[in-house]
Formats: sequence, structure tokens, C-alpha cells
Amino acid sequence: MPGGQERTLRRRINSVQSTKQITRAMELIAATRVVKAMQRANAARPYSLKMTGVIEDLAAGGVGTDDPLLRVEEDIKSVGFVVITSDRGLAGAYNSAVIRAAEREVMAIQTEGKDYKLVLVGKKAKDYFRFRNYEIEASFDGMTDAPTYEDARELASKVRDIFVGEKVDQVVLAYQEFISMGTQRVAVRRFLPLESMDTIASEGSGDAAARALFEFEPSPEGVLSSLLPRYVESRLYSALLDASASEHANRQRAMKAATDNAEELITKLSRALNRARQDAITTEIMEIVGGAEALDDDDDDQKLPDEIPEDTSIPS
Amino acid sequence: MPLHIELVSPERIVYEGDADLIIVRTTDGEIGFQPGHVPFVGNLVPSVVRVALSDGGVQHIAVHSGFVEVSDDHVALLSDVAELAEDIDADRARKALEKATEALTEGSENIEAAFAVKRAEVRIQAAEAS
Repeated sequence: MPGGQERTLRRRINSVQSTKQITRAMELIAATRVVKAMQRANAARPYSLKMTGVIEDLAAGGVGTDDPLLRVEEDIKSVGFVVITSDRGLAGAYNSAVIRAAEREVMAIQTEGKDYKLVLVGKKAKDYFRFRNYEIEASFDGMTDAPTYEDARELASKVRDIFVGEKVDQVVLAYQEFISMGTQRVAVRRFLPLESMDTIASEGSGDAAARALFEFEPSPEGVLSSLLPRYVESRLYSALLDASASEHANRQRAMKAATDNAEELITKLSRALNRARQDAITTEIMEIVGGAEALDDDDDDQKLPDEIPEDTSIPS
Repeated sequence: MPLHIELVSPERIVYEGDADLIIVRTTDGEIGFQPGHVPFVGNLVPSVVRVALSDGGVQHIAVHSGFVEVSDDHVALLSDVAELAEDIDADRARKALEKATEALTEGSENIEAAFAVKRAEVRIQAAEAS
């Protein structure tokens, strides 16, 4: 039946075309979101640099290090995991990569006979781990699209609680690190206890030692104990910002691939459509020719009984 | 050489400028810094920071927590919540104060409300000072 195939093809082309429009729009939105997330990350940098600077000052001032956030446990019985994913999908392998890495760690911990606690950020992680009957300590959503410091504070207070309350002896952070537009990497690292003061200080500009000794009010320990919780917040904030930038970059890439695929599919389908149309036309012509010839043949048939020229060949 | 003042919040640099004198309140009381001050680190308490700018103006800043770090004539105010006096909506702060005071009288154990009262008071002070 001519036309049937053409119609289905045309319908598919239309549907692919509208999908392409959607993915293209999502790609463009994600691209602007990446830029915004990067700007936010840059704007947040001075604060964390200054924080590190103050820690440097404190380390140079020879502060005591018995803060609960620096508690190092020899025998680790329980590990907390902070897993940062997104609320929405369509971001390629972004979520599954983080989740897989985190789950592997959790399984390793379990085989060692240790306990785990999960603190999940983003709907995707929550859905995944809940579906697989993992025990979830806390979950947060609605903060990964455009994280604010308030979000980081909320998350940090939960993380601090389980660590300082000795529910866990270590906290591991799993998220996608944003290295550049083209490169994001899954990072699984120890988050708490914090590195020793000297390690943090060595990441700073390194000019504290050259400076004169500091005066502290109320005391080095007093400053430290109110500084460290904020340092934790600031670190989580930058992780959230990194994750958010990575999410948008991943989504942009995924949507770009989808748009490209749609384009390719449209080209293929259009070719098939053209061929189908051409086939239909050819068939139609054949039918007309065939029909005309059949009529000619009828004329010949009428003549047949009388005289058949011996040498007449039937036209092909 | 004037002091270089930076007010840094976790989300961005809120304010930057040169000043001759800055007065902040730490846990031990008020302290003023002038150029050439010895390096200093202190915990800030909710208060109004006063800055005498090099151009003769005065800048008031409401800070609710954080640190002050002074070194090499650089003063960094690190605060999770800090607002410049001109950015504060005094009417809103007054309303917040009323609400928080009410909550405080209802339940005496309400720490959140006590902080809210303090925050609103500092805001109003800063807004009225400028």
C-alpha cells in the first residue's frame, strides 16, 4: 500500500525533531548553569582561602589539637558516607558513577565487619539506596541545583553530629569533582577527622611562619573550636558547588550527545522517507505502464485467433 | 599606608575598602585596629563593626558571627552572616525583633529566638547608626 510507510516515517521524523528541540534547549540551559555554578565556586574561594589562612596562623601559633573534629580513632568501627548526587536525571553517567563508587566503598566496609551510616544528598542517591534496602541515616534534597551556604550548613551540622556524637569514627565524602568543563572526576575521600592542622596549613600560602606571632582572642584554642565547624561547612559548601557544576556540565554533554543523535536519526529517516517515496512513485509508474500495456495486449488478443505472425516476439 | 578591609562571606566578598581605623567586638570586648597593628585573630560576637574609611566616611557593618584576622595591614572579616548598614531593611528587622521577642517570652528555653532577637537588634543598630 503506497503512502503507509511514508506516513509512519514522517511521523517518526516529527517526533524525533521535537525531542531534538527539547534536548537542545536542555543543553543550552545546562551550559548557562555550568557558568553560573563556576562563578559561584569562584566567589566562594576567598572565604575558604582566608579560613585556611587563619588555620595557618593558628598552626604557627602552636595551638593544641584536641578538638573533637580532629579526633583520630585507631580502631575504626563505623564509617559515615556523604554521597552527593543530583535530584534530576538526564545527566549521563553523573549520578550512577558517584553512586557506584560509594556503594563499592560501603560494601568493602561491610566485608570488613564495620558499620556504615549514609548521609545522602540528592534524590537519585536516596532512591537508589532506599530501593536496595540500605539503612539511610539522613537525606537531603533540593539543594544540588544551586547550593547555598545555608544548605551546606544544614548538611554540615548533620555530619558533625554523627562524627562528634561518635556514631561514626570516620566520614567519607563521595562526589564529582569539577576539574574543567570537559573533565569531571569521581572523588571519594576522607572528610573527617580533618587533616592535622599542619597539613591544612601547608595547603595555604605558606607565609604564616614568616610573619610575626599572632595575638589571639580569646585564645588559640577558643578561636580554633569556633573556626573548625565553619571550616567543615566551607569545605562541604565547596564540594556542593563542585558537584553542582559537574552535574550541569554532565547534563550539557549528555544533551549534546542526544541532540547529535537526533540529528543523525533525522538524516537517516529522511533518507528512508525519500527512498520510500521514490519507490512508491516507481511502483505507480510501473502500474500505469503495466496497465497501458495490458490494454495493448487486449487489442493483440482480439487479433490473435485470425493471424499470428510467426516472427512476432512479445514485447517485454 | 591605610588598612585594607575585606568583608568576606562564604558566598562572596561583600565589601572591600581602605580605612584608617576599624573597631570590632570580640569575645573579650571591643578592639580597634589602626595601620601597623600586630597580627591578630579573634572571634567576633554579634555586633556592629565601625569602619573609619580613608575618604572620611564611616561604614557600619552588622556581623552576627565569625572571625577577624589582622596581618600586614590587611583586615579580613570572615562572617557567615554580615550585612552592610545600607543593605539592611530596618523595618523588616524591627518586625523580626517583635516576632522573636514574642517567641522568647512564650518559651524561655528558645535559643533560636534568643539569637533572632540578638540578630535583629544588631541589624537595627547598624541601620540607625548610618
